[in-house]
Amino acid sequence: MTREQKRKIQGFIALSLSTISAFVGLFWLVFILGDVLFHGVKALSLSLFINDPAAAGTPGGGLRNAFIGQLMITFGAALIGVPIGVLGGTFLAEYARGTVIARIIGVLSDIMVSVPSIVIGTFVYAILVRPLGHFSGWSGSVALAIILIPVVLRTTEDMLSLVPWELREAAFALGASYYKVIIHVVYRGAATGILTGILLSISRVAGETAPLLFTSFNNSFFSMDMSHPISSLTVTIFQYAMGPYENWHAQAWAASLVVTGFILVLTILGRLLIKWRYK
Amino acid sequence: MSEPFAIEAKNLNFYYASNTQVLKKINLPVHKNAVTALIGPSGCGKTTLLRCFNRMHDLYPSNRYEGEIWFQGKNILDNYTDIINLRSRIGMVFQKPTPFPMSIFDNIAYGLKLKGIRKKTETSELVEKALRSAHLWTEVKDKLKASAYDLSGGQQQRLVIARALAVNPEILLFDEPTSALDPISTAKIEELLEMLKKDVTIIIVTHNMQQAARISDWTGFLMIGDLIEFDKTETIFTAPANKLTEDYITGRFG
Repeated sequence: MTREQKRKIQGFIALSLSTISAFVGLFWLVFILGDVLFHGVKALSLSLFINDPAAAGTPGGGLRNAFIGQLMITFGAALIGVPIGVLGGTFLAEYARGTVIARIIGVLSDIMVSVPSIVIGTFVYAILVRPLGHFSGWSGSVALAIILIPVVLRTTEDMLSLVPWELREAAFALGASYYKVIIHVVYRGAATGILTGILLSISRVAGETAPLLFTSFNNSFFSMDMSHPISSLTVTIFQYAMGPYENWHAQAWAASLVVTGFILVLTILGRLLIKWRYK
Repeated sequence: MSEPFAIEAKNLNFYYASNTQVLKKINLPVHKNAVTALIGPSGCGKTTLLRCFNRMHDLYPSNRYEGEIWFQGKNILDNYTDIINLRSRIGMVFQKPTPFPMSIFDNIAYGLKLKGIRKKTETSELVEKALRSAHLWTEVKDKLKASAYDLSGGQQQRLVIARALAVNPEILLFDEPTSALDPISTAKIEELLEMLKKDVTIIIVTHNMQQAARISDWTGFLMIGDLIEFDKTETIFTAPANKLTEDYITGRFG
């Protein structure tokens, strides 16, 4: 075999392997999305959104409680996590730029991003649920916020660092104090980037189940009281999918479809923002 | 009694954080309503000197000044100096245009807002006046709401000059304002500086000796942190007293 033939065969093998790998990966993604769509659409109906669950084992009923609860928990998490993340990122990129403390916090939040979310759930259980004596919507929001903060913090830091330093000097040269420079000039320059980070981090926590199992728990009734157990889509999917009833399974599929769609929309919105920004 | 000079450096030493001395005993009087050019080879300290006049070095920790800079009867290197007020009276224009990420109008209005001017009619009057002084008004008057990034590099630089002018400073510092611009935009800025000196005192750092000769009234020549010679521009370029100055302006080094 000549060297040239050998090289061609090697090239063919490498190309085949990587193509097959790509298709295997893509296959499962399409399979999962297709399956969720197929089963989910069947159970999707208006009554799913406007009715609360029927008694276990009886047909009908909806998941209004879970939809509203999911939105409230996620919104609560954003309410707690976004300001902390943005301000923390501002501290790292502006006031503590280049210092040891900034690097330490940066590395720590990178570690935080990869902590298993169930660990965060049990942690919040220990510091909030146990002392208060009951599950609550707010403790669910806190758990999600803890997951959300490092993501927002790091993206904010990166986006602020992208704003050219000369722009800050120019604002200083006009007689602006540092906080005015940050609010009026730097934030404005980094706004779309920060917003993208926030959207993507919300889509990341919106699909979490494990942290909610120990915190907001679940509630079969409609409730908007965040200081008591509150239902969420992800925990409901978990419960219904494990349950014995046929209509529970169908509703779990529908709820899966809605969660997936919600996250997909947020992610696409984030991507569009990035594209628009670099146009 | 009015001050003889717009601003004056006396025995000014400057050290960067690494404790390297970048400016050595600089004595530089800056004449009112004139253009003073600072020239010299790269790394001679001309930009460092310029940035002393609005205390830009304060942004970075452990930079150190010694000596005095007199501005309106006060030594601005004094610890009690209100730096924010100082910077609103001594404006600065940088090498690369630095428009803020906002509309053309808001860019100019920003400095006014910092000064506490909030009335709409007053703001738009002052914005128009600043844009006219910077010879930009006719080009942008129909698109004041457009982003400042839509302008060309030369227009952006004039926008930045207008922004600095809007707050009505006594002195304007220019740090190689045309080195990133094409010849036509450069000519427009140079022409603009000639006009502006009626109202403000101008100090300009330039790499381009022809530019210094064309537009300045006074010239200072720096080398490795020393102010080698300071005199009327005409004298510096026709009969310099120092051999080093002569060698530099005739292009023997640099």
